[in-house]
Amino acid sequence: MVSATHSRILPLELSAATVKRRGRTLVGPIDLTLGRDGFTIVLGPNGAGKTSLLRLMHGLERPATGTVTWAADEDTSRAHQAYVFQHPTLMRRSVLDNVAYALTVHGTRRVEARDRAAAALTDVGLGDSLGKPAWVLSGGERQKLALARALIRHPQILFLDEPCASLDGGAIRDIEAILNRAHASGTRIVMITHDLGQARRLARDVLFIYKGRVHEAAPADTFFEGPATAEARAFVNGDILL
Amino acid sequence: MTEIWEGLRQAALLIATLDPDLLQISARSLQVTLSATLIASAIGLPLGGMLAVYRFRARRGVIALMNAMMGLPPVVVGLIVYLLLSRSGPFGVFGLLFTPAAMIIAQVVILTPLIASIAHQALRELWAEYHDLLISLNTTRRQRIVTLLWDARRALLTAALAGFGRGIGEVGAIMIVGGNIDQATRVLTTAIALETGKGNFALALGLGFVLIAIAIGVNLAIHFASRTEVSSRW
Amino acid sequence: MTLKFAEKMCGKSLRCAALVLTISAMGTGAAFADTMRMAVTTSFHNSGLSDVLLPQIKADLDLEVQLLVVGTGQALRLGQAGDVDAILVHSKPAEEAFVVGGYGPHRTEIMYNDFVLIGPAADPAGIKDAADAAVALEAIRGAEVPFVSRGDDSGTHKKELSLWQNAGLDAAALAPNWYKAAGAGMGATLNTASGMNAYVMSDRASWLKFANKGDLELLFAGDPVLFNQYAYLPVSVELHPHVKADLAAQLEAWLVSDIAKELINGYRLNGEALFTFNAAE
Repeated sequence: MVSATHSRILPLELSAATVKRRGRTLVGPIDLTLGRDGFTIVLGPNGAGKTSLLRLMHGLERPATGTVTWAADEDTSRAHQAYVFQHPTLMRRSVLDNVAYALTVHGTRRVEARDRAAAALTDVGLGDSLGKPAWVLSGGERQKLALARALIRHPQILFLDEPCASLDGGAIRDIEAILNRAHASGTRIVMITHDLGQARRLARDVLFIYKGRVHEAAPADTFFEGPATAEARAFVNGDILL
Repeated sequence: MTEIWEGLRQAALLIATLDPDLLQISARSLQVTLSATLIASAIGLPLGGMLAVYRFRARRGVIALMNAMMGLPPVVVGLIVYLLLSRSGPFGVFGLLFTPAAMIIAQVVILTPLIASIAHQALRELWAEYHDLLISLNTTRRQRIVTLLWDARRALLTAALAGFGRGIGEVGAIMIVGGNIDQATRVLTTAIALETGKGNFALALGLGFVLIAIAIGVNLAIHFASRTEVSSRW
Repeated sequence: MTLKFAEKMCGKSLRCAALVLTISAMGTGAAFADTMRMAVTTSFHNSGLSDVLLPQIKADLDLEVQLLVVGTGQALRLGQAGDVDAILVHSKPAEEAFVVGGYGPHRTEIMYNDFVLIGPAADPAGIKDAADAAVALEAIRGAEVPFVSRGDDSGTHKKELSLWQNAGLDAAALAPNWYKAAGAGMGATLNTASGMNAYVMSDRASWLKFANKGDLELLFAGDPVLFNQYAYLPVSVELHPHVKADLAAQLEAWLVSDIAKELINGYRLNGEALFTFNAAE
């Protein structure tokens, strides 16, 4: 369980951090601080490095140069973050066990884990599917499962990589409601999206990524009313950015 | 052709009369190969998992070695185990040569690379699928391996069954280290070799049919058991 | 590397220890009656005599004799290595070398049987009425009809080689187009001969018991050079302290006893006597 007052892992600080693959720089160098509270939407054209940036923050990529520093030690920091992938990984287990796994793997007893997983799944609207194998779920249901799994340990920060890509309106509405609830209960959110409408609905602040760099970082209102750079302006207008 | 019919008749006769020698030999075949399969799985499955999950310098070398060892001729394995277990060999003090234990040891050597290699193939694919999730969930390496082993259990069962199939039909190694002693280390395959040597083709063939029936029976039984298990779980 | 992993895997959990215990238990298990191991030759085992002797030994001595049925060469090696407690073989020079080498305290002659020459019923080499074994082999060589040799360095093989030598021929120089070395036991060699319709030398017992005779027949027997002396050799307890020398001695005493004499001389296969007991009193 989170002992929020004693082990704050935020703020997160990136200092001249880069991600490189085969010598090519995909991201950075980036200097950035993520504070304790916020709902950050990460915007930018395809290939700008958004996903790599999130993976770097989450520790799935190691910085080639520079540093990624959490406010707590590594074990604590790793324990209090979660990530929802663009294509959620479904384990070859039941819906219930997919979520319970996130608890049992950290020492929760199986019975308790299943109870809590059932409650979490019911919260996201999958209460009827607990016993089904995960692979029978639809795209929207898979994302809800992934969300329930990511949120079950009440992470201090949740990363999401386009969780609503190619979902229908109903599913998008459900997922946004879940995210707003999580944010309201204290989870810092960093989310990539391509949907500008969704960005406007959810964002408190915006990171605009372009060619691997943070091109613009601003409160949502400021960003959407008047982007500071020509590239951001073009992106918000819906122009093609190369 | 007549010999094959006669073999079938002999097999039916042996089974119908519950021939005590046949029962004993068959039970020993099962005991030896099932034990060897269990031990080889206990080593090979986690080894396959480690090779899928861990990244270390000698990894490629280990995988290449393992794949090469899959092709080990059982006779050579038998000979080496024989020399190791012989009273004048390094492990002679245990007095294991010409016992079922020696046969199990030889078969473990033969089966482990096979089981580990098949397991590694299956687990590597599953690991590619689970990699990001399990790292994101902050699992330990040990937990990753355990999770992969559990979630790939059906593929791993196939690996174990492949090992069992190779072991139950194996004759070269267990003949050498077991010595084919009547009432002590005779199993179906060595009995078949013996009867063939005596020119008793029908009896040899009869034993062969029993061997095939056991191999198929074990496969079906395990598949059936795993299917019921899986369907109740899902 | 693999080993290291295996160690790592079960290092903590003691599972390995349990495994080793299980294996050792299986190794030593089932030893209520006294058991000893004796290496014997395929020809002896094929005769079926052991099926008569062993139950009687069990009854008289409460001793379970486990037979390792191998060629003479391997039987001697098993004795040298201390993997068996005694051997029963038929190759005098090799046996004497065994004793001289200190691998066994002595050799005790027990009985003899004989070898026979087998061949196609039509007898293309005409050995049926040969005066002695040397003439018969010379006839086979002259006709260049197929002959299958054990070729496995067994006692029977050595015997066959000595017969060629008696006939003034070097077996190693015989043309491989008709002289085939099977490199196998008696049964497999007989199978090969049956398949090729070839001549072959066999001990009488293996031949009588052999079920796949095909077109083959017993063509020549009776020359005293074909007699085949069996001897019993306990393995040296000085060299191998674990050897069950007392059991081996009990068995030896039994093998030269009158009970054994009666059973050996009385043993019949298809109505034929196979063995002649000739142990010294």
